[in-house]
Amino acid sequence: MLERYLLPPDGADWRSLDAYRQTGGYEAAQRALQTLTSEAVIEEVKASGLRGRGGAGFGTGQKWSFMPKPGGPKPTFIACNGDESEPGTFKDRQILERNPHLLVEGLIITGHAIGARAAYVYLRGEYVTAFRTLVRAVEEARAASLLGPGHLGSQREFDVHVMRGAGAYICGEETGMIESAEGKKGQPRKRPPFPAVYGLWGCPTTVNNVETISQVPSIIRRGANWFKTIGTPTSTGNTLYGISGHVNRPGVYELPLGTPLREIIEVHAGGVRDGKRLKAIIPGGVSMPVLSAEQIDVRMDHESLKQAGTLLGTGGIVVMDETACMVRAAIVIARFFRHETCGQCTQCREGTAWLYKLLRRVEGGQGTMADLDTINEIGGYMEGQTICALSDAAAWAATGFLRRFRAEFEAHVTGGGCPLPESFEA
Amino acid sequence: MSDAVFTLSEAVKQQILSEVPRYPEARSALLMALHHIQAEIGHVPINVQRELAALLGIRPIEVREVVTFYPMYHEHPVGKRNIQVCVNIACALAGARSVVRGLEQKLGIRVGELTPDGAYSIEEVQCLGSCGTAVCVMVNNLPFIENVRPDRLDDLLRTVG
Ligand SMILES: Cc1cc2nc3c(=O)[nH]c(=O)nc-3n(C[C@H](O)[C@H](O)[C@H](O)COP(=O)(O)O)c2cc1C
Ligand code: SF4
Ligand code: FES
Repeated sequence: MLERYLLPPDGADWRSLDAYRQTGGYEAAQRALQTLTSEAVIEEVKASGLRGRGGAGFGTGQKWSFMPKPGGPKPTFIACNGDESEPGTFKDRQILERNPHLLVEGLIITGHAIGARAAYVYLRGEYVTAFRTLVRAVEEARAASLLGPGHLGSQREFDVHVMRGAGAYICGEETGMIESAEGKKGQPRKRPPFPAVYGLWGCPTTVNNVETISQVPSIIRRGANWFKTIGTPTSTGNTLYGISGHVNRPGVYELPLGTPLREIIEVHAGGVRDGKRLKAIIPGGVSMPVLSAEQIDVRMDHESLKQAGTLLGTGGIVVMDETACMVRAAIVIARFFRHETCGQCTQCREGTAWLYKLLRRVEGGQGTMADLDTINEIGGYMEGQTICALSDAAAWAATGFLRRFRAEFEAHVTGGGCPLPESFEA
Repeated sequence: MSDAVFTLSEAVKQQILSEVPRYPEARSALLMALHHIQAEIGHVPINVQRELAALLGIRPIEVREVVTFYPMYHEHPVGKRNIQVCVNIACALAGARSVVRGLEQKLGIRVGELTPDGAYSIEEVQCLGSCGTAVCVMVNNLPFIENVRPDRLDDLLRTVG
């Protein structure tokens, strides 16, 4: 049975406090603050099996339990990640623009669980409408004493601040975001120390994605056992799948984790456009290795995708039909990483530049078979050795396309250029 | 117009100062401050960077390294309407390359340039978070223009104004 709890029904407007309250909004926050201890909230979220929706799928309750016990020498903070810049990903925007109070309520409950003084929501700078919508919701919540000193009748003070980034993908990486929120270049920090020890302004900080936090009110309202009935045993709850590219009905669909990829493409997104044949699917944002059409029967959960040789990532699905050139797809993605590397680590800075250059050469028909091996070799140097995972992602994307579509890459070499006359341009 | 004529207006100064109390350190207001400045001036000239540094109590280089790190900030003037076309994967699949080429032809400039009258400039940008409604275009700091079709660029330019 499909039931939404993140997005409003089509046509409904839940953006105002009144509208949100009519759906039972803020009841969970009220109950949590007035009747549940911090530990009880963390236990409930742990028991729900909720895993982060920002890309890595880390256990949310477990992450919260890394925070120091309340009453320590330093204030603690939530850094809520709304940078949403992973290409193919456009789901947090749906919550921010259509159900902003759900996020605010989730932040209040999370703040109670970890004893935070405030939440800083970092939105990518381009999300102008989302920014305005969320700021309005925060102001309404503050005016209604849902935020601020003694909020919701508690003894605590808790507030939410919304800030804007300025177009750098790396500020979605958790420590890049923290640096950026402090008013600096978004260059990721070496870990340890982890944000739970040394985060915003050197204080203990929990970093969670917008969608992750927005799952929390329903877990508190309806219980961990209800949440676990949705999805698979290790990937619980609904999630927001974004689907784009060559499909008839691109968009964001709220469905259980573990929904078959075929169902999302053929039923929800209306199938491949213009009656063309499916060729390739990126399952979770461009950082995740591509799948070929034969793998369409995989389920969209952490374990199933891992078995298929890729990862769930952000759940941003990009569909490509038979006309699409796989070398060009790899070029677009390599160009992105070359543009977004922060430059601190040599492997990443140099590697992203070389991958792009080599792919361009192959696409232009000047490549050699040795170049294909060099792509794999460079990818190997880029993995597992850098400050953050951007380098790994850039390597996985390029080597993933090469592994899955080797014959097409080779055809560019032997044929002196692109064999697909109808392909999109890079 | 030379950059020297630009200065932090009183209104923008007040906007910036109202951001500061949200954070334990004034410097944290820097990104929001730069957005306010750019909304008024269109770019962030060096001398205004110096004024901002003084206002937030940091060194001018600490402002400049941020201005030059983030793609949304411009140290030099861009067109009055800076047309930013997403060229990442979903938009590329929907014809972003033809959108860029078509705009270059219609406006007589290349990516990164501005028209002689300063009215338009074109930029290629990375995924805007609107992949389901590709091709996505953003003008200045305004809400997205979605579902742009390469064969309907006159419609696009009418929307851009
Ligand atoms: C290069 C890079 C970019 C990232 N971008 C985002 C992003 O835009 N939004 C996000 O929530 N997480 C992003 N992440 C993941 C964050 O580092 C972090 O794992 C996440 O925000 C944690 O939240 P969660 O546990 O709720 O998923 C990115 C990671 C990397 C390495
Ligand atoms: S891996 Fe790349 S993006 Fe990450 S810190 Fe190193 S250079 Fe910067
Ligand atoms: S790829 Fe263009 S908006 Fe995402």
